[in-house]
Amino acid sequence: MAVGKEIRTKIKSIKNTQKITRAMEMVAASKMRKAQDRMEASRPYSEKMRNVIGHLAHAHPEYKHPYMVEREAKRVGFIIISSDRGLCGGLNNNMLRASVIAMKEWNDKGIKIDLCTIGKKANAFFGRMGGRILAEKSGLGDAPQIADLIGVVKVMLDAYDKGELDRLYLVYNEFVNTMTQKPQTMQLLPIQAEPEEELKHHWDYLYEPEAKEVLDGVLMRYIESLVYQGVVENNACEQAARMVAMKSASDNAGDIIGELQLAYNKARQAAITQEISEIVGGAAAIQ
Amino acid sequence: MAMTVHVDIVSAESEIFSGTAEMVFAPGAMGEVGILPRHAPLLTHLRPGEVRVKKTDGGEETFYVSGGILEIQPHVVTVLSDTALRAKDIDEAAALEAKQRAEQVLADKTSEFEYARAEKELAEAVAQLHALQRLRKKVGR
Repeated sequence: MAVGKEIRTKIKSIKNTQKITRAMEMVAASKMRKAQDRMEASRPYSEKMRNVIGHLAHAHPEYKHPYMVEREAKRVGFIIISSDRGLCGGLNNNMLRASVIAMKEWNDKGIKIDLCTIGKKANAFFGRMGGRILAEKSGLGDAPQIADLIGVVKVMLDAYDKGELDRLYLVYNEFVNTMTQKPQTMQLLPIQAEPEEELKHHWDYLYEPEAKEVLDGVLMRYIESLVYQGVVENNACEQAARMVAMKSASDNAGDIIGELQLAYNKARQAAITQEISEIVGGAAAIQ
Repeated sequence: MAMTVHVDIVSAESEIFSGTAEMVFAPGAMGEVGILPRHAPLLTHLRPGEVRVKKTDGGEETFYVSGGILEIQPHVVTVLSDTALRAKDIDEAAALEAKQRAEQVLADKTSEFEYARAEKELAEAVAQLHALQRLRKKVGR
């Protein structure tokens, strides 16, 4: 029966698309769980780091590290973390929007901005829009490692050391829950020590070999661990956002299939009715 | 009852060990250090090597670290272990690579960030998404 041939092909093609989106949804769901585990696993390190930094800030060391000293902002750096791939709803858009808003604030004060992008989406966006990108990294995959981030972080820290940057910010997506991801802007440098327990007595660490060298190592690792956490968290966000986006795509495909099926059935019924009436009409003419 | 010290060994990617110990040995930058409870606060680099933890039940556990930071408080010892091999020239090479990639992106591009254009493009994308959501709600599914 030739009736509704186009509709049938259309239904078939949408069913195929639905299969793909459904598969992507399931893949994203299982990746999300792993990404969340990775996020949890990286927490103890940065917590311990934060403790050490907290001690340092209150320990009145004989040497003040430049990372802990506030200075007047003349040039500001942003590290922007995005995903490598799309099809994850408004995730990257929201994050880029938050970073543009934060950047604009500085720009309005006449302060120049340097960028560091992690992930292809941020890279492509700022490549298209212009902006001074100092360092770039993408293709981190599902299991990012801190070794992949040493380079980009070092470029930014070097710029800070040389006085080319006076502030450093990190923009990434915070994983609130599966349905909600929130863009976050965090100040990395200078390090803001949380005001905690009152100072009972003044003390300092023993440093081996020297305060400067040890502090350099500690603070560098601290910044790296914060960026790493941002990357891992952004990864969990990406998978969650993709899962939700693909779920709604599958649902939409289902709706469209339903509508098309209805149209197809109607057309078929109409054709049958017409045929019957033709036969009946023909028979009546013979008699 | 012997005095004990709490030991945490963590790396950026996972927690490795957490528990109490009688004594801890670690490869400090200036030589091997043995840490007993109530050690003075100390902060030092670690060289690649073994961290040995003498536990309260008499057993001993050994962990390999490829470097990192050792923090000592009188009752807490924290080992912040590196997962990556660190050396000045390796770091330098990684930084150089990141820079080069950035330069590739920027080749034949204006270096001034176009705020107006960026905002417009993002606003458009967000508006599209919103419109889609509203459409879905209207259809009632």
